[in-house]
Amino acid sequence: MSLDQSDIKKIAHLARLAVDETETAELSDALTRILGLVDTMEQVDTSGVEPMAHPLHMAQRMREDVVTETNLRDKVQQIAPAAENGLYLVPKVIE
Amino acid sequence: MHTHTVSELAAALAAGEFSSVELTQHYLDRIASLDGEINSYITVTPEAALAQAKQADERRAQGEVTPLTGIPLAYKDIFCTDGVKTSCASRMLDNFTAPYNATVVQRLADAGAVMLGKTNMDEYAMGSSNENSYYGCVHNPWDKERVPGGSSGGSAAAVAARLCAAALGTDTGGSIRQPAAFTGITGIKPTYGRVSRYGMIAFASSLDQGGPMAASAEDAAMLLNTMAGFDERDSTSANEAVPDYTADLNNSLQGLRIGLPKEYFDEGLDVDVRASVEQAINVYRALGAEIKEVSLPNTNLAVATYYVVANAECSSNLSRYDGVRFGHRCDDPANLEDLYERSRSEGFGNEVKRRIMVGTYVLSAGYYDAYYLKAQKLRHLISDDFSKVFEEVDVIMGPTTPTTAFKIGEKVDDPVAMYLSDVYTVACNMAGLPGMSIPAAPVNGLPVGLQMIGNYFDEARLLNVAHQFQQQTDWHRQMPAGV
Amino acid sequence: MQWETVIGLEIHAQLATKTKIFSGASTAFGSEPNTQACLVSLGMPGVLPVFNREAAKMAVKFSSAIGAELGRRSVFARKNYFYPDLPKGYQISQFELPIVGMGKVEIVQENGDVKVVGVTRAHLEEDAGKSLHENFHGMTGIDLNRAGIPLLEIVSEPDIRSAKEAVAYARKIHQIVRYLGICDGNMQEGSFRCDANVSVRPMGQEKLGTRAELKNINSFRFLERAINIEVDRQIDLIESGGEVVQETRLYDSVKDETRSMRSKEEANDYRYFPDPDLLPVELDDDFIADAVAEIPELPDARCKRFVDELGLSLQDAGVLTSSREMADYFETASVGNDAKIAANWVMGEVSAVLNKQGLDIADCPVSAEMLGGMLKRIGDNTISGKIAKDVFEAMWNGEGSADEIIEARGLKQITDSGAIEAIVDEVLAANGKQVENYRNADPDKQPKMLGFFVGQVMKASQGKANPQQVNALLKERLG
Repeated sequence: MSLDQSDIKKIAHLARLAVDETETAELSDALTRILGLVDTMEQVDTSGVEPMAHPLHMAQRMREDVVTETNLRDKVQQIAPAAENGLYLVPKVIE
Repeated sequence: MHTHTVSELAAALAAGEFSSVELTQHYLDRIASLDGEINSYITVTPEAALAQAKQADERRAQGEVTPLTGIPLAYKDIFCTDGVKTSCASRMLDNFTAPYNATVVQRLADAGAVMLGKTNMDEYAMGSSNENSYYGCVHNPWDKERVPGGSSGGSAAAVAARLCAAALGTDTGGSIRQPAAFTGITGIKPTYGRVSRYGMIAFASSLDQGGPMAASAEDAAMLLNTMAGFDERDSTSANEAVPDYTADLNNSLQGLRIGLPKEYFDEGLDVDVRASVEQAINVYRALGAEIKEVSLPNTNLAVATYYVVANAECSSNLSRYDGVRFGHRCDDPANLEDLYERSRSEGFGNEVKRRIMVGTYVLSAGYYDAYYLKAQKLRHLISDDFSKVFEEVDVIMGPTTPTTAFKIGEKVDDPVAMYLSDVYTVACNMAGLPGMSIPAAPVNGLPVGLQMIGNYFDEARLLNVAHQFQQQTDWHRQMPAGV
Repeated sequence: MQWETVIGLEIHAQLATKTKIFSGASTAFGSEPNTQACLVSLGMPGVLPVFNREAAKMAVKFSSAIGAELGRRSVFARKNYFYPDLPKGYQISQFELPIVGMGKVEIVQENGDVKVVGVTRAHLEEDAGKSLHENFHGMTGIDLNRAGIPLLEIVSEPDIRSAKEAVAYARKIHQIVRYLGICDGNMQEGSFRCDANVSVRPMGQEKLGTRAELKNINSFRFLERAINIEVDRQIDLIESGGEVVQETRLYDSVKDETRSMRSKEEANDYRYFPDPDLLPVELDDDFIADAVAEIPELPDARCKRFVDELGLSLQDAGVLTSSREMADYFETASVGNDAKIAANWVMGEVSAVLNKQGLDIADCPVSAEMLGGMLKRIGDNTISGKIAKDVFEAMWNGEGSADEIIEARGLKQITDSGAIEAIVDEVLAANGKQVENYRNADPDKQPKMLGFFVGQVMKASQGKANPQQVNALLKERLG
């Protein structure tokens, strides 16, 4: 599978990464090589094999519905890039 | 002092030969004089370390001691430390002061251990050479032109150069074992679920596992005793009893069944490394172990499978770095899209971006089945390979890496060649099994790692097997020249 | 051309848990921004989700209530997209294996017929935060208190054929989740949100038309409006040669229109995959049994029982079971009393005053027990129905129980026949002319004329004479 520059741009947008023309070319080359490695997976017939999402064969543990967390706003907003009146600020969202 | 193992330091502290403050100061002095050329630390916290050391000495005076009280440790900069910069070696988190402690950090602090600082690593643990760090590459103390391995390269180098008594690493595809092999130290990746992942910044959630990196198996056992155990904040934490990992270290290996996977000794393995590993196997033979050849037939697909699974998970795990609530934010974003795209592009390094791209691609519409689902199925086959082998052996052994440490810059332009150097370590993570690397005989002055893989939750046996080897050899006692 | 409307609803019900679905942060509404945004809600590096048992229990209750196939093994998946109110860049939801599978509910159509609407599935997911578009130097403010509150997303089959049916279906789901106590149902606060997938097709055509998804609907009335407007828009568009595009449209209740949401126009690729931080949720028999044991009698069953056992009309039973609170109130009040009289009081006087004052039945100052106490005094002829209205008003104003008020105000009905006879005789004596007219009147007209005498007697007794006794006595004396 080889990826052309428009594929790269589409993926970069999904991942919200800005890529310029040079980077697009580099990424196209690198991703094509990586996918070349990945394509070796095709060698094995996996029909009838269950996908394994997780190494642990356990069920999800369930937490009791009890409040354990306290207000950390001041502490966590100290490390926020932009916060005011307790809110995180981002450029205007247009709906 | 720094030539002592953790168990020896614990004994010396108990005997009052020196205080934790003295010991801590000694390591801080070593870091100040030696780390300039190694670059194993991103952040050193002298005041906090000395304060913890003082507290440890006071606790000792009051009789409140654990085996780790007053022992100076270094933490990979992937573990969140309350009030201390936690960067993951990324520009993205260069300004990030964690607001809480990772569970293992808290457990070690509660046990009285001293934190010297945070160690260098590949950015977000993505890499096998420690060249992908915003803070510059780490130099292997055995040969400063060579890489220490990665991603826990800073922790490995710091232990090898005795810039801490022991360190914490994380292992997603070999990130504890491979740098341990390259730097001649002992590292164990526990069974998935054995050590809490809470507060350990995620790379690939179904593969990541934290573990100790130390000078000896005994030291690793001492650290693991404190690190391991159930954590209610981690849904993937196993609720299994934690044995005393130091208790079985001296068990006899008579009759131990060791399997050597033939796929781990193929043409890709450097002949000298092979000779070193075979020499190590002979030590086990002499200790009464039975050696047999086994097969892990899907080994050749493990790297490809790994890079699909790990990157898929990483592409999603790293979406939270968006410049909104913490971390790097670009200057003057024109709009929301600009904020996201520029903050992320400026904040992440090239390898991280490549992996996010690959991960995004393999999950995207039209490719999910061919890549992600296929990889999940192969993961099952890879895991089954191990289950079958463990029906007939107790421990799997082989080389940790196909070669000794390579030169800085040697593989930096060829990501695929870099990925393939993980061929012997990634399968263990895919299956979730515990794996370990201990030093075997060096080749041309460079360390070689002997890898051992155990069955689920069989860390005690791995540590026993490793410790017995270290009773017969002194490779783990050797230190690089000039430190 | 004749058009057929096809509607499917996606309802997001916020589950009434004390804490968030994956962390121990409080879910209380209306707190200061971000004070309930814990490390997990914020998606801090290194934090991990742990699933809330109560959310699973509530989903099991819902599954049982709609007769659905319960997903005994369900899997959380990540839905990946970037939005400022989505802290992790992905929403933890369920995709391939939801906790609630195929089920159904019955709705009553306008013509009174019952219609079955299929529920495709219901899955658990975490809510997003809120974007506040007030002007912060031209910026948008983000409050993540809501991020991580459990949602049950209930997806219907495209079985609905009109705006009215859509409202009936939404009300039915609302009624069920409120009865189950798993959602407070508050649409203004966003605890119960409806998105409608609307399309039209020529009558008789099998293939579905292109659908638009309507969002931002926060009342049942608006649901009906929004759908009708959208259906008209689509038909106009097609009839004038245009084509409906698949998109998300926002309902604007002020302008009474739907408009395209440009920000969501971009085709999304959510890259769902199983969340590796969470393991499959497996529900065992004990867990399910415990949850099911907590399910109260549901509205349909209760309605049927009111008809079968209490002899109420289907319509009255329907009104009384519309909410669990009203049904509970009625049942408590009717204990030991005539059910029909109790029903009339709850639907009549009680509901009227509550409506007038804008109060919920849960906040009624006259408790169900107090109303029941008053109904007993009607039943044993202590007071008449007319006097009862005064007693009710006095209870509402906090003057005490029915008995206390009857006692204090001397409202006890006169049932002593001697006393009534005296009043009757007095009234007849004072109205000789009317007595004569009555006696000479056509027998058909006499019952009507009797009313005059009854009125006079009641007036003379200050309303306290027992009306039945008064009637009987008058007939006897005049006959």
